[in-house]
Amino acid sequence: MNTIPLNTVRRRPLFFRKTADFGVRVFSVFAVTLAVAAMAWILFTVVSRGVPAIDWGFLSNPSKPYGVPDSGIANALLGTLFITLCAAALAVPLAVAAGIYLSEFGRKSKLGAMLRFSANVMMGLPSIIVGLFVYTILVVTTGHFSGFAGAVALAIIMFPLIMRTTEDMLAMVPDALRESGLALGMSRARTTLCIVCRAAKNGLLTGILLSLARVSGETAPLLFTAMFADAWPDRFFSEPTANMPVLITEYATNSPFEEMHTAGWGAALVIMLAVLAVNIFTRIAFRERARER
Amino acid sequence: MNPPKATDSFFKTFCLACACLIGLLMLSFFVQLFVNSSEAWREFGLGFLFSSEWDPVAGKFGAFPSIAGTLLTTAIALAVALPLAFVSALYLTDAPPAIGRVLSQAIDLLAAIPSVIYGMWGLFVLAPLMQNHVQPFLTETLNLQAVPVLGGLLVGEHGFNGFGFFTAGLILALMILPYVCAIMRDVFKMTPAVLRESAYGIGCTKWECAKDVVMKYGIRGLLGGVFVGLGRALGETMAVLFVIGNIMDVPAALFDSGTTIAATLANNFAEADGLQRSALFALGLVLLVMAFGIQVFAQYYLHLTSSKRGERS
Repeated sequence: MNTIPLNTVRRRPLFFRKTADFGVRVFSVFAVTLAVAAMAWILFTVVSRGVPAIDWGFLSNPSKPYGVPDSGIANALLGTLFITLCAAALAVPLAVAAGIYLSEFGRKSKLGAMLRFSANVMMGLPSIIVGLFVYTILVVTTGHFSGFAGAVALAIIMFPLIMRTTEDMLAMVPDALRESGLALGMSRARTTLCIVCRAAKNGLLTGILLSLARVSGETAPLLFTAMFADAWPDRFFSEPTANMPVLITEYATNSPFEEMHTAGWGAALVIMLAVLAVNIFTRIAFRERARER
Repeated sequence: MNPPKATDSFFKTFCLACACLIGLLMLSFFVQLFVNSSEAWREFGLGFLFSSEWDPVAGKFGAFPSIAGTLLTTAIALAVALPLAFVSALYLTDAPPAIGRVLSQAIDLLAAIPSVIYGMWGLFVLAPLMQNHVQPFLTETLNLQAVPVLGGLLVGEHGFNGFGFFTAGLILALMILPYVCAIMRDVFKMTPAVLRESAYGIGCTKWECAKDVVMKYGIRGLLGGVFVGLGRALGETMAVLFVIGNIMDVPAALFDSGTTIAATLANNFAEADGLQRSALFALGLVLLVMAFGIQVFAQYYLHLTSSKRGERS
C-alpha cells in the first residue's frame, strides 16, 4: 500500500457528499420499484388479456385455422407436455450422471475443471444455436420436422443446467456420509446412488423442476425443429408437433385478427402460470424443508 | 476382478462419458455450423462480415446489418440495465432481511417469465406506448430532433413507429436485469464486514462506501456479471424478434427498425435454401463465436472470485 500525501486529497464539502448519497438512495429505490413494477405490469397484462380467452372449450379443443369455430390450444398443451417430458427423459439421467462425475470423481482433476467450465459456458450460449444444431443433425438427416427433434433440442439446453445443479447439490453432502457408506463395504457406485444422491434428493429435484420450467417456455430452438401443426401430436416422431411457445409466436405475429391475438394471450397465460407455479412451488417447498433440517 | 470393482469402474466410466458429452456437444456446435456455412465463406470470404447487402434473388448476402443491430441492441440493453442492476443490488443487500428477500425473489421471477411473453408484451403494450407517447415526447415535445448530432442519432430518415432498436433494447434490459442483479448481490455480500465498517468508521457515506470499497473489492465479480448480462442480451431471440421491425438495414438511428443475428435466423431460416441457408449458418457461427467469447470472459472473472463468494466450484 502506498500512502497518499495528505495535501493531494481532494476536499469534498459535506453537503455535496450527503446530496450524492441521498441521490443514489432515491435512485436505488426507484430502480427496485421499476423492476418489480415491470414484472407486475407484465403479469397484469397477460392475466387481463388472457382471461377472456380461457374457457373449457379453449382448453379442450385443438387449434384450428382462423375462422373455424371451436378453436383451442389442447393439442399445443399436449405437444408441449410430450416434448418437455421427452426432453427430461433424455436429459435427466445423463445430466445427473455427468454431475456425479464432476462432484464425486472430478472434483480436483484438470478434466473436471475443463468440463465444468464447458457446462458454465454452454449455459449462456444462445438457444437459437441449439435449434440450428438439432436441425442439421435430426431434421436434415431424417427429412422431416418432428416433436422428437424439439425434445432433443430442449434436452441439450437442460443438460448443463441439471449437470451444474447436481454437482452443487452433491458437493454439499458431507464427506462423512460417503466415508461411512464405504466403510460398510458398499461399492462406490452404491454409496453414491443410495446415500449421497438420496441425501441431496431435494436439491436435485429443485434443479430438475426449475430446468423443466425454464425449457418449457423456450421458443427459439423449437422454431426449426418441432415447428407447428394444427393437429393432435399423435405423430410425435415423424411430423411437426404443436407446442405452446410456437403457437403463441404464430398467433401474435403472423395473424392480423383480434381473435387470434386473444387466443395467443390465453396460451401465454396458461404457460406463464405453469412456469411461475413451478418456480414459486420449488422455492417455497424446498426452502422450508431445507431450513428444518 | 471382484464384482464391486467391476461395477465401480463401469459406473465411473459411464459418468465420465456423460460428462464428456458436454464438451463434445460444444465442439460439435462449432464444427457443424462451420461445415454448413462453408459454402457462404467460400463465396463471400471474410467480406461477408462487412457487406450490408441481403438480396436472396441476386444471391448476395452480407452479415453487417445483423451484426451491427445485435451490437446496438445489446449496448442499449446494457446501458439501461447496468446502472439499475447496480443500485438495486446495493439496495437489496442493505435492506432489512425480510423486505430484501421478498424483493429479490420478485426480481428473480422476472428471469422465470418465458421470453416469448416478453416479446408479446413488447409487441402489444410497449411498442404502441413508445409510438404514441415516449417517442413523440422525446422528439417533439422535448424537441431533441432539432439538436444537431443527438437528433440524428435518435431519429433517422424513416421517422419512428414504436418498433426498432430502442424498444428492443429496453425489453432486453428488463430481461437481463435479474441475472446481473443476482450476481451483483452475491458480489456485494462477499465484501468482508470489516472493510465496510472501517469505511463507515472514517465517516464515509453509504454511497462512498459502495463506490470506493465494495465496488473496488468485487470489481472482478461485477465484470463477470456484466459479461453474463452481455451474453444473455446478445443471443436473445424471441423478445427481440417481435419488436425489432425486421428490416435488413444497417442501424442509423436509435428509433430505426432493423434486425439482429438471432432475429434474422428466426425469420428467414425456415424458407431459406441453398446459398441463403449457408449464409444463415454463417451468421449463426458469428453469433456462436461472439457468445462463446463473452461467456469465456464471464466465467473467467466469476471464477476468480468464486471462492470469495462462497460458491463451490
